[in-house]
Amino acid sequence: MQIRMLEAGVGLFMLAGIISLTVLALNVSGLTLSSGQETYTLYAAFENIGGLTKRSKVTVAGVTIGRVTDITLDKNRFAGVVEMEIQAEYNEFTTDSTAAILTAGLLGEKYIGIVPGADEEFLKDGEVINDTQSAIVLEELIGRFLFNKANN
Amino acid sequence: MIERLRILGRSGLDILAIQGRSAIFVVQSLYGIPSFRKGGRLLMEQLYAVGVLSLPIIVVSGMFIGMVLSLQGYTILVKFGAEQSVGQMLSLSLVRELGPVVTALLFAGRAGSSLTAEIGLMKATEQLTSMEMLGVDPLRYVIAPRLLAGFITMPILMLIFNVVGIWGGYLVAVDWLDIYEGSFWANMQSATSFDEDVMNGIIKSIVFAFVIAWIAVFQGYDAKPTSEGIGVATTKTVVYSSLAVLGLDFVLTAIMFGDF
Repeated sequence: MQIRMLEAGVGLFMLAGIISLTVLALNVSGLTLSSGQETYTLYAAFENIGGLTKRSKVTVAGVTIGRVTDITLDKNRFAGVVEMEIQAEYNEFTTDSTAAILTAGLLGEKYIGIVPGADEEFLKDGEVINDTQSAIVLEELIGRFLFNKANN
Repeated sequence: MIERLRILGRSGLDILAIQGRSAIFVVQSLYGIPSFRKGGRLLMEQLYAVGVLSLPIIVVSGMFIGMVLSLQGYTILVKFGAEQSVGQMLSLSLVRELGPVVTALLFAGRAGSSLTAEIGLMKATEQLTSMEMLGVDPLRYVIAPRLLAGFITMPILMLIFNVVGIWGGYLVAVDWLDIYEGSFWANMQSATSFDEDVMNGIIKSIVFAFVIAWIAVFQGYDAKPTSEGIGVATTKTVVYSSLAVLGLDFVLTAIMFGDF
């Protein structure tokens, strides 16, 4: 009897551990069970990527549809090339879509916003969005403002 | 002059001898882990004593640490108008740092000291020697289950600590300070990554568990078989394991999150 209670106690303890791990995974770190979703890759070249990092969101009309998986420098153009992983169900972006680096709030995180165009053809896996708008860098903005003031 | 040098050399050799003895000791007892069917009951008793009985202190302190973090974070973040990020701050500091470290410190105080005292007393009352006389290996039947129990229970205790801490922080932030629940969880989930943050916390805690169980069991086994000897050994367990945990935490953090 004694040993059975003991084993039950240990079993309960182990169970609490497993439940905790599940809560940490699903609720705290937001791991989704359907992470094996099918995705395809798009690229976009920006003049300045600002504070964009890997794992940043990719959104359309504010809805998250993918994330940034890699950022590299194109040595010929000196442009930042961003590799984006986009959920396969959203595969109808026209070739004249535009991508912009936006900021959540005044000092918040950077993310990519895609605005679809009106062309007939759709972007395929591995293709590049050419029409892009760089991140707004606060220093440049202030610099331009001061320069304008000085000219006046 | 030569006498002083001799003393210095002697103490250096002593330290090395202790390191060597404890390494041999831990390897031997890990070798001596009894098969699950035979040693299952011994292990079960230790899991209960070391793990289940440590739950109250872990749950209560986790709760209060989470609540304090939320409250402190709020008073600072509200100055920048960023009080929505309390969830993010709470989960990152708990999962990365406070969970593993505070659990390890509490575990060293609660379970490590009792392991040392128990084994030390067994040695002082010559129970270990009489086991050897009977042909029973004390490393196998006394030490190995305790070592293994400490090793298994601490990561589980850390997970429970984290969840209770986040719940405590949630109560303070959402129910008391009126932070919008949606942004509390959304910020937390977007900032915390399972692979990097949660897994690294678990790895930290496994390392700490090994170090604490090792120090506690060895100090008990190596204690002078007198009543003062047991007292000294118990103190040493708590001091050495706390220092080892804090030092290792810095090293592990530098490796995991240092980015170089």
